[in-house]
Amino acid sequence: MNLESKIPEGPLAEKWARHKFGLKLVNPANKRKYEVIVVGTGLAGASAAASLAELGYTVKAFCFQDSPRRAHSIAAQGGINAAKNYQNDGDSVFRLFYDTIKGGDYRAREGNVYRLAEVSVNIIDQCVAQGVPFAREYGGLLANRSFGGAQVSRTFYARGQTGQQLLLGAYSALSRQIANGKVKMFPRTEMLDLVVEGGKARGIITRNLVTGKIESHSAHAVLLCTGGYGNVFYLSTNAMGSNVTAAWRAHKKGALMANPCFTQIHPTCIPVKGKYQSKLTLMSESLRNDGRVWAPKTKEDAEKIRKGELKPTDLKEEDRDYFLERRYPAFGNLVPRDVASRNAKYVCDEGRGVAATGLAVYLDFADAIKRDGRTTIEAKYGNLFEMYEKIVDDNPYETPMMIYPAVHYTMGGLWVDYNLMTTIPGLYALGEANFSDHGANRLGASALMQGLADGYFVVPYTLGDYLATIGHADKLPVEAPAFKAAEAEVKHMVDRLLSAKGERTPEEIHRELGHIMWDYCGMSRSAEGLKKAKGMIQDLKKEFWTNMRVVGDAEEMNQALEQAGRVADFIELGELMVDDALAREESCGGHFREEYQTEDGEALRDDANFAYVAAWEYKGDNQPEVLHKEELVFENVKLTQRSYK
Amino acid sequence: MKINLKVWRQKNGNAAGKLVDYKLDNISPDMSFLEMFDVLNDELMHKGEEPVAFDHDCREGICGMCSMYINGRAHGPQTGATTCQLHMRSFADGDTIIVEPWRARAFPVIKDLMVDRSAFDRVVQSGGYVSVNTGSARDANETLIPRTIADEAMDAAQCIGCGACVAACKNASAMLFVAAKVSHLAVLPQGQAEASIRAERMVAQMDAEGFGACSFTGACSVECPKSISLDHIARLNREYLGAKITSEAV
Ligand SMILES: Cc1cc2nc3c(=O)[nH]c(=O)nc-3n(C[C@H](O)[C@H](O)[C@H](O)COP(=O)(O)OP(=O)(O)OC[C@H]3O[C@@H](n4cnc5c(N)ncnc54)[C@H](O)[C@@H]3O)c2cc1C
Ligand code: SF4
Ligand code: FES
Repeated sequence: MNLESKIPEGPLAEKWARHKFGLKLVNPANKRKYEVIVVGTGLAGASAAASLAELGYTVKAFCFQDSPRRAHSIAAQGGINAAKNYQNDGDSVFRLFYDTIKGGDYRAREGNVYRLAEVSVNIIDQCVAQGVPFAREYGGLLANRSFGGAQVSRTFYARGQTGQQLLLGAYSALSRQIANGKVKMFPRTEMLDLVVEGGKARGIITRNLVTGKIESHSAHAVLLCTGGYGNVFYLSTNAMGSNVTAAWRAHKKGALMANPCFTQIHPTCIPVKGKYQSKLTLMSESLRNDGRVWAPKTKEDAEKIRKGELKPTDLKEEDRDYFLERRYPAFGNLVPRDVASRNAKYVCDEGRGVAATGLAVYLDFADAIKRDGRTTIEAKYGNLFEMYEKIVDDNPYETPMMIYPAVHYTMGGLWVDYNLMTTIPGLYALGEANFSDHGANRLGASALMQGLADGYFVVPYTLGDYLATIGHADKLPVEAPAFKAAEAEVKHMVDRLLSAKGERTPEEIHRELGHIMWDYCGMSRSAEGLKKAKGMIQDLKKEFWTNMRVVGDAEEMNQALEQAGRVADFIELGELMVDDALAREESCGGHFREEYQTEDGEALRDDANFAYVAAWEYKGDNQPEVLHKEELVFENVKLTQRSYK
Repeated sequence: MKINLKVWRQKNGNAAGKLVDYKLDNISPDMSFLEMFDVLNDELMHKGEEPVAFDHDCREGICGMCSMYINGRAHGPQTGATTCQLHMRSFADGDTIIVEPWRARAFPVIKDLMVDRSAFDRVVQSGGYVSVNTGSARDANETLIPRTIADEAMDAAQCIGCGACVAACKNASAMLFVAAKVSHLAVLPQGQAEASIRAERMVAQMDAEGFGACSFTGACSVECPKSISLDHIARLNREYLGAKITSEAV
């Protein structure tokens, strides 16, 4: 298979403009004759559906929540990057491009990342015009902050609810098009299969989650904007419903899955409390701008703290180890996520972790409060501190917060070319569901940017080129055998899930999968561990299909059934992640292989052999997937070892 | 902790429902209220019984999906918090807890504790937006918006669309929800052009959906997890009256 990235020729800064000019246009009078399916209404999906409808296309949009406004994007706290350079601190499109490609540890395409930086400025304009209430200065200009270790202040934010406000902006644009009749919205509807015929994506099969009805929807193109697969780890900061089903079923129909092992573990989350824990809560990265990360210097003190014999505030300055400041004097607490997470793990592995579990370190605001006053800290982080107190029942103004890394984001996803088209013509992937722009590690405030870039400013151009090429007659009716066959397959899967009469709930099996993934394919990975994990996942798959039980009916609301279907896909994805992690014999970004590290324990990349995108092809149930490589070409940046010392 | 639950069970929208008793023995005070329900559902499924259906997703108070009416209060005893942010430490060992769905004509029950809130979406579709197409925006800093105004807009824009205000109101009015959206856009310069027509259309749709009238008792604002202020209702009334006076549509 030839993976053609379709990166346009020419100088980096001109690629997108030239490419746009070269794309075919659809005649305005004909646009309404083209139907487009958008699965997912997060930032990527809602922005795409609204923008395409504004252009005149006929759109159907789907989400599994009860309203498009509730997509997981709503939970993003920190902010969104844009190269506006409003602060006159030396930012530029090139700098945002450079930071993003370097932050991704040189495993993303230059052309894509540059385009992302380029359109970032339009996103802010668009959102403000919609009424997104970004933070402002007293004079009325937009406020910015520096985020996630960036050396410039380019992050726009709306209190600690940036994702919510951006999504409500996109949702309002979508709502306007629903009212105009240009978008037909299907909430509480889950896509369960992709229909491919004659080598093209033709539509999808869905299940109405309220009535259980299986239905076919036909279109000229299908856009998957279905988010990331972090919940393969069971515990993550993702919403409970976030899943890989849409992307995975498309993968099984021929779409290649790229870099699945590139997952991001976020350093500042509220630690796990008990076995019943259902999800983890992120404490925004912005907290590291003022909070200092530390652990007790000695195991003995840590032990006393764990037993409750000592309080963190009792520990004298010289008995604390501000390990990030110590190891990385230049960046200190603001080192990138992967580095901060790994170091917290090391400290806990050494027995210096706190909390009853020993799996936590401190994030301390005492110095910031002393320096800036409580009011200033409260103005910046008040809602986050409140959220922490509600969950942990501790007051972070008085005692340091406890944090531990948690799965947060997935850089891997469906392989797409520069046009965001997957390896199946007519099937696109946008937002977190694709693999495109973040390489092996995503920088803070860049996922919101990418989702909106894809939906507002990329796909509205690139989709037209495909549609103009195929013509509006090239659409399959839902009565066609391909749809009927796919419907039958979906019904068969539902029946199979409901007929199993074993002992275990889908939830239990999901939790077990999560443990395997976290232990062997999480913050650090080794060939030995990965091989072991592969066997364990295969066993779990057997257990799932032989010893699981789903109560309830197919023809009505059945949340256990929904979950069972998602867990089935997570298990298969988990195995592929392990294969991918095993094949990538280097450490880069969020992927840390124990065998490949420098003498002082930093990630050791291997650019000579692994500067490629790993794209996996499905070959049938229980068959090994086939690896295809897209070599990455760097003409504008020099590959350097990341150093934050 | 030991907890006695009385939970509303209703097979679907057409079936009759009733409160069913469950006893849970091993509840940790650190569990969230929804994790307590996970434990219940786990027990039910192991017994081969259908788990309790309830809406939830983010489990951190932002998506607006969770929606339980707990001991006669929308989202339970804690103020300024959603059901998913409630923890069992808010209850005492041996407590009896009654859990019901939102009750409102405009929010029909789908199953157990799950209701249909699509009426809110239709209210937004009727006018809860600024009419601006992608690509037609000018530079974001061209319009100055003083911090105080931006903050006021943000206060209103925080609404998570959960519907607790409706559930808490004896008339099942949606005024607080509608007011929050109208207010958010009306205070901003971008939203001004359509301010009157927006108020008018959204109120008309709210009425059409079967929400009750507002008698300004303030129960909504007390139970609102985002503490949306009643001031927004006053602003909505102003916009609405202004619209009625100048309207060409009515
Ligand atoms: C707690 C948290 C905080 C974050 N903070 C930030 C931040 O500050 N800055 C930043 O840049 N990024 C942040 N991120 C990352 C960012 O929020 C996400 O990557 C981004 O919002 C994903 O958007 P999306 O549109 O791709 O997908 P989502 O918002 O996840 O939307 C997925 C959509 O797909 C639908 N869907 C999924 N599967 C199906 C199916 N089978 N059938 C039908 N519909 C389906 C869902 O209903 C939903 O509408 C954060 C992430 C988390 C978890
Ligand atoms: S106003 Fe408050 S209670 Fe009503 S929907 Fe919004 S957040 Fe929920
Ligand atoms: S589950 Fe999202 S607000 Fe409660």
